[in-house]
Amino acid sequence: MAAKTENQRAWFFVIPVILLVAFNAIVPLMTVVNYSVQETFGNNQFFWSGVTWFEETLKSERFQAALGRQLLFTAIILAIEIPLGIAIALSMPRSGPWVSVCLVLMSLPLLIPWNVVGSMWNIFALPDIGLLGYTLNAMGFNYDYTQQPLAAWATLIAMDVWHWTSLVVLLSYAGLISIPDAYYQAAKIDGAGKWAVFRHIQLPKMKRVLTIAILLRFMDSFMIYTEPFVLTGGGPGNATTFLSIDLVKKALGEFDLGPAAAMSLIYFLITLLVSWLFYTVMMRNEGEES
Amino acid sequence: MRHWLIPTLYIVFLMLPIYWLLSMSFKTTNEILGGFTFFPQTWTLENYNAILCGYPDVIGGKVPAGCDVSWIWGYVNSLTYVTLNTIISIAVALPAAYAFSRYKFLGDKHLFFWLLTNRMAPPAVFALPFFQLYSSVNLFDTHIAVALAHCLFNIPLAVWILEGFMSSIPKELDETAYVDGYSFSSFFFKIFVPNIGAGIGVAAFFCFMFSWVELLLAKTLTAVDAKPIAATMTKTASSSGYELGLLAAAGCLTIIPGAIVIWFVRNYIAKGFAMGRV
Repeated sequence: MAAKTENQRAWFFVIPVILLVAFNAIVPLMTVVNYSVQETFGNNQFFWSGVTWFEETLKSERFQAALGRQLLFTAIILAIEIPLGIAIALSMPRSGPWVSVCLVLMSLPLLIPWNVVGSMWNIFALPDIGLLGYTLNAMGFNYDYTQQPLAAWATLIAMDVWHWTSLVVLLSYAGLISIPDAYYQAAKIDGAGKWAVFRHIQLPKMKRVLTIAILLRFMDSFMIYTEPFVLTGGGPGNATTFLSIDLVKKALGEFDLGPAAAMSLIYFLITLLVSWLFYTVMMRNEGEES
Repeated sequence: MRHWLIPTLYIVFLMLPIYWLLSMSFKTTNEILGGFTFFPQTWTLENYNAILCGYPDVIGGKVPAGCDVSWIWGYVNSLTYVTLNTIISIAVALPAAYAFSRYKFLGDKHLFFWLLTNRMAPPAVFALPFFQLYSSVNLFDTHIAVALAHCLFNIPLAVWILEGFMSSIPKELDETAYVDGYSFSSFFFKIFVPNIGAGIGVAAFFCFMFSWVELLLAKTLTAVDAKPIAATMTKTASSSGYELGLLAAAGCLTIIPGAIVIWFVRNYIAKGFAMGRV
């Protein structure tokens, strides 16, 4: 690729994007910042309260518990979906009429509104009349996701795997089909085994798309709201109350503006920090290759 | 043989909950609550009828008595703001993506990352301020409010995807066109845009997808007039008790638009998910 031309007038091309995104991002973000440092007793009267809310949030057990659950959930999701997605992509046919059918069927879960995904799994997992719940109970397991925290977690994880593994499959697959046949022939001549082909040819070629996959899966699972809200409502008890659910409860349910705003900012900063790490790694890789 | 096993098992796993939703949507409420049946025993279209009966209201006709028109309007509202959002996102993302892929300018890398940070912002963080912002500019409960709010995460994504596709087109194309005497605008619309047609299709697909599946912001920004189908469903789920058949039918109908757009981009889907950078 030829080097890019230096041209400051390119700014004019990005002005519409900046205006629209700034309207949506900067104004609301400043509102949040505003609330996070003020105390209110109603009547639109606000008082400066400094970093009280931040200290309170960081020290509160409720926030720490929600953050812990969130981190655990994201870690489990990544640990299952990434290897599973790679495995499925590796075993998919490279060409032929079935490829399109496979891809279309696999992308279907991604296009279903998130609350429908929640309702669907709700109906699917009902202990008495749902296919999954009924089968599990008929097999002798005592399964009821509305009562047992462990069952609620397992159902949520199964739902997320169902919902998002296809994204990892599609990304890995895109990386795999970009590998020229000559690479595989060369490996064959060298007598490389399956593992060696994977380790030295396929994995390096997938590195870039896998970084995107991990980045997207991290961001989206860390922000997850609608699906657990519909499926378990954060329960039983607080067992599946993740950060977003807790935040919406606080901001829109209890109208605790100050603490909710402080929590928003802490939440956003954590997401931003981790995503920035991934992004930097990804861009460094791209720089090396091009 | 073994090669077929894993993808087939995976697809079966994917289809099971969808099958269950579909099967539920053809059952009567009595059958659903009566116990477990794998196939519907008495097939009924009642659930679909309860949703689709409101369609004359959309085209200006008379609605049968006892029909709840909020269902059909839910679909119309959702499709309206999703389409609006897709058009706005692509229209503003095209020139910006061109700038990022072709030119170096002051602060370009920071700007690109700043755009991406908006894709990283949890919608829950923005729910309340969005409500206040759009109320204060008198856009609350309009389609355009939801369309603009979804731009928050769709524009960065569209810019990212389009930039990937544009960067894979050699710069020589631009240079040759200028030598041939094309002006910038005629080059951009007559030559460049057709060349990245696939990229535009994929970006539009993603904008459609993320706007279609999002509920939190769409629900927060609407009350009656622009209420999305997803919000109508959550209301039904909580208020009218156990009308699972109706809920299942509504769910099945939300899968159709997605299935249609996937079919259109099926050949580019893998590359598209990789943001055009494979």
